[in-house]
Amino acid sequence: MIIKAYHTHRGEGHRDIVLIPDGAHGTNPASATLADYQTVELKSNARGGVDVEHLKQVLAAHQGKIAALMMTNPNTLGVFDENIVEIAKLVHEVGGQLYYDGANANAIMGITRPGDMGFDVVHLNLHKTASTPHGGGGPGAGPIGVAKHMVPFLPGPLPAKGRQGYFWEDAGPLSIGRVRAGAGNFLVLVRAYTYIRSNGPDGLRHVSNSAVLNANYVMRALQEYYDLPFDRTCMHEFVFSANRQKALGVRALDISKRLLDFGVHPPTNYFPLIVPEALMIEPTETETKETLDDFIAIMKQIAEEAEHQPGLLLEAPHVTVVGRLDEALAARKPNLRWQPEPEAATV
Amino acid sequence: MSYVPNTTDEQQEMLRAVGASSIEDLLTPIPEAVRLKRPLNLPESLAEPDLKRLMLGMAEQNADLDHYVSFLGAGTYDHFVPSVVPALVKRSEFLTSYTPYQPEVSQGMLQAIYEYQTMVCQLTNMDVANASLYDGSTAVVEGALMAVGPSGRGDVLVSRALDPQYRATLQTYATARGFTMREIGLEDGVTSVAELEAAMTPDTKAVIIQQPNFLGALEDVRGVERVTHAGKAAFIVAITEPASLGVLAAPGDYGADIVAAEGLSLGNPMGYGGPALGLFAARKDFLRRLPGRLVGKTLDSRGQEAYVLTLQTREQQIRRERATSNICTNQSLLAVAATIYLAAMGKQGFRELGEQCLQRAHFAQERICSLPGFEPLFTRPFFDEFAVRCPLPVEQLNARLRDQGISGGYDLSRDYPELGNAALFCVTETRTREDIEALVAAIEEVAGED
Repeated sequence: MIIKAYHTHRGEGHRDIVLIPDGAHGTNPASATLADYQTVELKSNARGGVDVEHLKQVLAAHQGKIAALMMTNPNTLGVFDENIVEIAKLVHEVGGQLYYDGANANAIMGITRPGDMGFDVVHLNLHKTASTPHGGGGPGAGPIGVAKHMVPFLPGPLPAKGRQGYFWEDAGPLSIGRVRAGAGNFLVLVRAYTYIRSNGPDGLRHVSNSAVLNANYVMRALQEYYDLPFDRTCMHEFVFSANRQKALGVRALDISKRLLDFGVHPPTNYFPLIVPEALMIEPTETETKETLDDFIAIMKQIAEEAEHQPGLLLEAPHVTVVGRLDEALAARKPNLRWQPEPEAATV
Repeated sequence: MSYVPNTTDEQQEMLRAVGASSIEDLLTPIPEAVRLKRPLNLPESLAEPDLKRLMLGMAEQNADLDHYVSFLGAGTYDHFVPSVVPALVKRSEFLTSYTPYQPEVSQGMLQAIYEYQTMVCQLTNMDVANASLYDGSTAVVEGALMAVGPSGRGDVLVSRALDPQYRATLQTYATARGFTMREIGLEDGVTSVAELEAAMTPDTKAVIIQQPNFLGALEDVRGVERVTHAGKAAFIVAITEPASLGVLAAPGDYGADIVAAEGLSLGNPMGYGGPALGLFAARKDFLRRLPGRLVGKTLDSRGQEAYVLTLQTREQQIRRERATSNICTNQSLLAVAATIYLAAMGKQGFRELGEQCLQRAHFAQERICSLPGFEPLFTRPFFDEFAVRCPLPVEQLNARLRDQGISGGYDLSRDYPELGNAALFCVTETRTREDIEALVAAIEEVAGED
């Protein structure tokens, strides 16, 4: 919405296309739609980054129409796009703006900053990067930061400091306006601030370094057991493909469910969409070497089981309070609330 | 203080295992040109006692309810939270649990949210509710987006008595998405049904009112419903004070299609307004278009009943171009608190809560309006908030009340200049008779000097 306000203010409201890499989070296109933008998908190259040649073709095909490129770097493959400087230059040359999805900022604190890469608007997921508790799915908080030329378009009111202390400053005439009532997820911000002050600059750098090391450690230890579609140094996460196991009749989901039997929370499956049978593994900096070694041993055991006892995986989990759920039934006959009359149990 | 558990020796061992001599070797994909070649420009790390001192020092500069008696509502309400709520919500099984993507190990959270959805349906008398949204204002936005649909075009009519911050938020999204928002004026503090009727067009997709409205007055909900449905628009009811549902008719009783509410005061701390809790419920026709997460009941492989996130046309699997919402999270922890709160209150307790708010607010209104120069602004019935015409600027009155440890009524002159010197007082079950008498005495003193 900020990018849209920026373009509209410059008399370029006709720009209506947002570019999104094929590995992006699904909510990126949904956010673009909310600003009434069309989205065009960018292909990935063999190294897992944006295919720069394809980007050039897309930019040429939509001259004068590009509003923005939304991307995360490192991306959802855990791969840092080395061509980011060129990508930013190409998009900026045609007047487009760069939006940074901060979902993966855990990998880069103190190492590089979205602004250094050329991004104009950034959001951070504080429940991911700044350690605020997940709370079973929320509350999170998504503060944004912008480059200087975008400041007048920020939502308001904004906190400001005057002679008599801090106060709320009304949004200026170019602001997109309010994006919610009140002052946002304030207590989440307090937690994030506390985390940042507790770590300091060296601590945050150590967090990112350790997250990168933990991910590479697990990836290298397991790569002979699982296919690694993008075999290169990863950042804070990496994506295996269970293609090899699929040939044995075992899918990524079965591997995940089997992990539950060992008390391990499984990785995200089937995302990003560009990797078949994806297992996205993100150890984070908070796991000890001991825990990672356990996880590696379990994953090796599961790879063995896939070959010799696939049934164990197909029927997993075995030790949880409930077994595998019938998700198709849940969607086909939605039961979203308790009803006093049994015959009315389905809405 | 560092929260990284591995020692330097362990990290060296791990580096050797991956064939790197230093962490730097693992960062080679990041081009030199974008590297930060100095530490981040942040203050040095703080030890925990110093950090605690810093944060408490900041907290102490805020006026809070342990030190002030508040008559401020206007969107955020002071209701008592039974101790059982924070005690249970802070358990790590809720506090630090991950999003319940793996239902086999998340049945507790999923069942809590299923019960939350049930309670929201019961409070509002609607067919379906989602697992919560960010807050009341964004819930109203999501209601409008759902009513407007995938085209993103059309006309949304909004009562001037909808919370001004909610209206401002909706305007932001309307501008970005491309639909029109028009305001409907007021008569005697409530939405003018005649003006609404005249404003309806074939493009009108939704009508939004608040009950009780921002000025505390009870709307002519049946009049609004008749006109809205005659125009084939969706009737969206916003609620900022859910305690009112203990005594007032539920939106489903008077024909609401979508209910968007602020649930913060159901067992959650005010916390400077957030994180808040967006309640969202609708008629079953909207079932497959609901924004946000939903928990459903199904069967497991052993034939047992179990809960799971369902109808996920959102999140990572979102249907990209047909999306009418980009919401991919919810306020789980606050929804759990609301569930525990409502369970602790019970049906009878929740009704008593509403009755107490109603009685105390009416007592306060009579007492304040018995003072010379103070009178009710409207004749409409109200719940626990009421607007009063004052003989002096409210800002001036409130500054003096603050000196006596009283947080006075909300100054309406900024959002509603047409009302003149007007204050919106809120009196919940947490205000005692003594509190109210102290307020009245303080007002009398300030006004008498003026």
